[in-house]
Amino acid sequence: MKILLVDDSRTMRNIQKSVLGQLGHTEIEEACDGQDALSKVWAYEPDLLLVDWNMPNMNGLDFVKAYRQKDKTTPIIMVTTETEKSRVIEAIKAGVNNYVVKPFTPDLLSQRIAETMEKVSA
Amino acid sequence: MNADFIRPFISSVQNVFSMMVQLQITIQDPVIKTESKTTYDVSGIIGLSGDVVGNVVLSFPTDAAERIVTLFTGMEMTSEHEDFADAIGELVNMVSGNAKADFKDRDVSISCPSVVIGHDHTIGRPKEIPCVAIPCQSDCGDFVIEISIQDRSANSSSASDVSAAAA
Repeated sequence: MKILLVDDSRTMRNIQKSVLGQLGHTEIEEACDGQDALSKVWAYEPDLLLVDWNMPNMNGLDFVKAYRQKDKTTPIIMVTTETEKSRVIEAIKAGVNNYVVKPFTPDLLSQRIAETMEKVSA
Repeated sequence: MNADFIRPFISSVQNVFSMMVQLQITIQDPVIKTESKTTYDVSGIIGLSGDVVGNVVLSFPTDAAERIVTLFTGMEMTSEHEDFADAIGELVNMVSGNAKADFKDRDVSISCPSVVIGHDHTIGRPKEIPCVAIPCQSDCGDFVIEISIQDRSANSSSASDVSAAAA
């Protein structure tokens, strides 16, 4: 499974990559903000996107909206500190399939990925 | 400062450090901080805007920061490492993000974090917003959360709120 990791923090990308590696996912592309992600996503064609919200240049929500204009189906998990109900609703309306709140345990991230991919394949 | 702003930071720092760094944090009594110089040499700074305005600083001695970041990233890391500042920024991002979720009925945005590393640096704060410093102890060393935030519509704050928050 090809995964696109979008987060301005290299620390968080490394942490997520490590967790994904433990789950057997090694095909990972990284982007440091929404604009960087948009420049990579169409050529990379990921099977799953993990997207942070608060990023410089283009935030995660704006990236999701732009991405969903062309791709309505590839699953997106938002990995973010934004927890308010209004933000979650905003993200879901934009086209996010699932949500992981930072801080997260590896088990939680793994669970959310499994849930998301199961729903998509159903 | 509203005590309801301080308690979320106390639970947030404990939650974030426990989950991401596997470190237990002991909280000491908050105090009002009057000088603008940060307590220690490594500062992660987040701005808040919206219904609550101001900034939050996680301030670490360099050696404590290095130990914490090494645990957080799983890699030996000194303050010279190119990813050190990023790791500090991510810690203050998570502490602030988690805390603001507990601000009842307030729409608040947090900025992308900034990190300053250097002895005796000063961080500017709006003069009308008092700063509350929450000392934290851990097996990696002491650090402090410095909170300078208030309701956008607030006109005054009370030092007695500080002791109420510690209760």
